[in-house]
Amino acid sequence: MKNRDFKKHHWRKSINTIMTSLSILSVLIAVIPLFLIFFYTLAQGISALNIDFFLHMPKPVGENGGGMANALMGTAILIGLGCLFGLPISIFAGIYLAEYGNNAFGQTVRFFTDVLSGIPSIVVGVVAYILVVVPMKQFSALAGGVALGILMIPTATRTTEEMIKLVPHSYREAALAIGIPQWKATLRIILPTALKGITTGVLLAIARAAGETAPLLFTALGNRFWSTDIGHPMASLTVFIYDYAKAPFDDWNRQAWGAAFVLIVLIFIVNITFRFVTRGRYGDHQN
Amino acid sequence: MKISITGDKVFKSTTILFAFFVFALVFLMAYEMVRGSELSLKQFGWKFLTGTVWDPVADEYGALPFIFGTLASSLLALVIALPLSIGVAVFLSELAPRWLERPVSFLVELLAAIPSIVYGLWGIFVLVPWLRNTVEPDLIKSFGYLPLFKGVPYGFGMLAAGIILAIMILPIISSISRDVLQAIPKSQREAALALGATKWETTKIVLGDGKSGLLGATLLGLGRAVGETMAVTMVIGNRSEISASLLDPGHSMASVIANEFAEATTDMYTSSLIEIALILFALTIILNVIARLIVWSMTKKFKTT
Repeated sequence: MKNRDFKKHHWRKSINTIMTSLSILSVLIAVIPLFLIFFYTLAQGISALNIDFFLHMPKPVGENGGGMANALMGTAILIGLGCLFGLPISIFAGIYLAEYGNNAFGQTVRFFTDVLSGIPSIVVGVVAYILVVVPMKQFSALAGGVALGILMIPTATRTTEEMIKLVPHSYREAALAIGIPQWKATLRIILPTALKGITTGVLLAIARAAGETAPLLFTALGNRFWSTDIGHPMASLTVFIYDYAKAPFDDWNRQAWGAAFVLIVLIFIVNITFRFVTRGRYGDHQN
Repeated sequence: MKISITGDKVFKSTTILFAFFVFALVFLMAYEMVRGSELSLKQFGWKFLTGTVWDPVADEYGALPFIFGTLASSLLALVIALPLSIGVAVFLSELAPRWLERPVSFLVELLAAIPSIVYGLWGIFVLVPWLRNTVEPDLIKSFGYLPLFKGVPYGFGMLAAGIILAIMILPIISSISRDVLQAIPKSQREAALALGATKWETTKIVLGDGKSGLLGATLLGLGRAVGETMAVTMVIGNRSEISASLLDPGHSMASVIANEFAEATTDMYTSSLIEIALILFALTIILNVIARLIVWSMTKKFKTT
């Protein structure tokens, strides 16, 4: 009898060990692709990077060398346009949610930002096509900017809300106590206090938008030449990678890796900064 | 005094207006896409969903191969990613000490920050050759008698798409599952441990409590997989055929839009592609709404008790 109990106990302990190991194993398997992709991109990309890559234009088909200066500029302009459309909406909506959003409508808006973040970016691209490309009868950077702007809204809105909520209540109370109207207190006291957090949140949204390809394919299209005209097709880093990855030239493939490396480094820097700035505050708030 | 009250009203209305815009945007998108796909909605009706012919030259469009490809690749991704994600979530919420939990969840979240296009690039140059030269020949040799593994080792195909998607949805499933598990009250674990349960037996109870939340996390992951475009487009092979084999090239709704939208020449062609976007939109909205409702009600339940 005693022996059987002991056996059972032993059995339960073994199961426990097995399951614990499986859990740890799945963490390892999950993290492996991160390192594989990061270091492979690093190894492939670094050889493609030189001053030319940042400052020169793409060479004609068949010639080696050249760069992606137009794509860098294009991504910057597209993101600028995206911010122009997306940020005012996000910041005001975020203020609403934090300051007045404790009701059914606020809850609904929060729910819809979540739903919006689940809509595939390619669908957002199709909508931007219908809204901008069709009436203008031309692919344009403007359409790409609209698509990126819509894609920024969920992240930017929710972080703005979170960051404003982190500002201690005493700040608001002190402002109201000396007779400042609530809207002024929000704009002049609360917002500047939350600014650091909001800025990094916005950067996070920007980083995500910078990595988007699908919504640009038939809005901003792409362009092998230098262009800063937002009414016309424009190059971008991600579409550059896509075109160069599919091309049958080794040199172009190499440059695709170079561009991917630049993109990943930018995105990781922003993510790590966000983590650093909001460390403690954001994390503790959630727990 | 009066002025300041007006200021408050104006400011509040402005913020309400923008908040309302976020809410209205989802409906605006739906409306625009219905309008944009009017032509093909009228022409093909429900047959659009069951048609298997996609022939721009004859101006005939059926979306079944794409719907099939999207569902097949996403489900395959789920089969791979779900057990791993639950394992990661259990580790983060139940096993890891706090000093380890933070960096590990950050690494997993970083995986979600890598753009789709980079996954696709890695897929083309690393994953696909590896599948073609190493994995698929072995699969065919050992399991070739199953319809699931019949065919030629192209590399490009359903299997590649499923694996890439699995890597991409793992972060979202595991981080939401972790949140769900962490929302379950400590007392549940303490009670189990006090009765002499092992760590795993306790975890089983916690997983049981969080069942509905984990389902929500899974559906969110599925929603993400269904809409994923670039990485899938680059590895799935882009052939509009319905095949039982994982090794055969396929197509997905998102990838057909990505591939053909800019080159769609006739109005019917564009309209059909917009209708595919509409189906994709409806599918992801449904998945997201159900999933969010489940996760919300679940975390709320434990927060209030």
